[in-house]
Amino acid sequence: MIEIREGGIASTVQDLGRTGHYHIGMPPSGAMDEYAHTVANYLVGNDGDAATVEMTYQGITATFDDDAVIAITGADMSPELNGDPIGTWETVAVDAGDELDVQFATDGARAYLAVAGGVDVPEVMGSRSTYTLVGIGGHEGRGLEAGDELPIGDPANGSADLVGTRLPAEYVPDYADEDTVRIVVGLTSYRLTDEARETLCSAEWTVSAEADRVGYRLEGPDLEFEERDQPFGAGTDPSNVVDLGYPIGSIQVPQQPIVLMQDAVTGGGYATVGTVISADRGLLAQRQTHKTVSFESVDVEEAIDARRRRSERLAEIRSVIDG
Amino acid sequence: MANERIKPVDLPEPRYEYGADDHVFVELAEAMSFTANFKAMAITQQVAERDIEGVVENCPANASYMLRIDPEVIHPDDLIAELRELEAELDLEEYEWETRLIDVPVLFQDPWTHETLMEFRDRHQDADSTDLEYSARINGYDSVEAFLDAFVGAPHMVTMVGFVPGLPWCFQMVPRSEQLEVPKYVEPRTDTPSRAVGFGGAFSVIYPVQGAGGYQLYGRTPIEVLDVDQSLPDFGDSMVFPNPGDILNYRRIDRETYDEIREQVEAGTYEYTYERVRFSPEEFFESPHEYNERLTEVIE
Repeated sequence: MIEIREGGIASTVQDLGRTGHYHIGMPPSGAMDEYAHTVANYLVGNDGDAATVEMTYQGITATFDDDAVIAITGADMSPELNGDPIGTWETVAVDAGDELDVQFATDGARAYLAVAGGVDVPEVMGSRSTYTLVGIGGHEGRGLEAGDELPIGDPANGSADLVGTRLPAEYVPDYADEDTVRIVVGLTSYRLTDEARETLCSAEWTVSAEADRVGYRLEGPDLEFEERDQPFGAGTDPSNVVDLGYPIGSIQVPQQPIVLMQDAVTGGGYATVGTVISADRGLLAQRQTHKTVSFESVDVEEAIDARRRRSERLAEIRSVIDG
Repeated sequence: MANERIKPVDLPEPRYEYGADDHVFVELAEAMSFTANFKAMAITQQVAERDIEGVVENCPANASYMLRIDPEVIHPDDLIAELRELEAELDLEEYEWETRLIDVPVLFQDPWTHETLMEFRDRHQDADSTDLEYSARINGYDSVEAFLDAFVGAPHMVTMVGFVPGLPWCFQMVPRSEQLEVPKYVEPRTDTPSRAVGFGGAFSVIYPVQGAGGYQLYGRTPIEVLDVDQSLPDFGDSMVFPNPGDILNYRRIDRETYDEIREQVEAGTYEYTYERVRFSPEEFFESPHEYNERLTEVIE
């Protein structure tokens, strides 16, 4: 059991999300930075889809009522155990009664706490991920608060032997440098003028304060639409289309662009102009408010390659950790 | 007017688009029509039946559809080739489906949506009218009553579910010349009561939960479209009640009936009034009003 003393700003239990329900309006939820989440799990001997605690900007304070094996990855939030700093991207032993204090993010926005055996909250529709809008999954369908108790599953054999394992530096991202995310331009991008399509990929966008698990609102130059007689059913604004499905990672343009994230609204009536590639969504999720980000246009082959390379990298990490 | 047919629309070539590496988005038409929607439903149904490996989400929408894939299992180009093939083989004239005709009681001009819409007048096209007064006027109706008569005068088909879990987008089952159309709010509201019945573009919606929204607000239904705990009798299989292809029949109720139904919902005993029906687009197109009358008889 992990007992939460302080919940931080927005800490939720997440795994790799629930699939198969997008058509009823249910987004996948799941870890915003799948890479950091998966590596945290590997470091404690879990499968990649075990549930972790995702912490945003500020971490949790918690005590463990049993010995445990943990790892913290993602944003650097200067974690301490009983007041002493502990490493991140590293397997750490915790003794019964120890207090873990995860502080403010200095680099990146989201950190992941994995514990050997995984956070063992009940599955809802095949996933332990929290979706706060309708209050399902995770711990009581909401963010963590003081007094919450999180059950831990049975650790895999040998997880204790992983203590002291440190992820080789070549695999540790430096979020401060990651200011470019790759997108595939498309969907209803025909709605933008040629100039606006160019601006989308040349402008420097600033992550606004409205950046959460649903979407990242970006600030920058205005994007102009092609003039047209609005089609029947779309609504009168040039940004309106007949309501359609929104891909995860898609960029919509009500006025300023919004990139939809893991708790996305699944559809609606704003023109969508491109999609952040799956390998780079986690990098955007680590971009702090007020930091800038640029979009680099790539074709679908490069997007698939990037995803494949990330899968291979994770497989390599798994074998490095498991020795 | 009463005997007007619905003419099938000649759709343009579909637009096949990549949503990065892991989505394929297909726009069948820019404009809404029953033809476009039935095509989206027919193709996505075929995709489901073929059980194509690597397709992880299958989402029909109003005039488009979207599939989420694992590109390490199926390349988007291979999927698009198969979708083109499906599209070429599709014969919409023979397409029919089992659906449900569902009674949806609505208290129009209710106190809750009224309070909300008054609060956000500064984000609306017309600060001096209510949403219903504005909608009636721009659609050429003399009164709110006459506009509501048209709104409930024919059933609305669920053409898409989404935005948030359980929200149905519905397209009224009348010829194009009788379709109502309204703009969305100039700037979206930050608040909408749960179970609000709204209208935007050419779509009516029921908001499952309290939250942001940009549709004109007309009323509130006492019944739920989303039951997260699945405690109501009709939510045994899914926490969401409406499905694409369902037909909603809005019914005007008074405050007393609203309260009665609401009490049953809160007690966990309310059961939807609905009947299973076979829907034939061809017969519907041929004589929509007559067809609707026959359909709605089953729940009257």
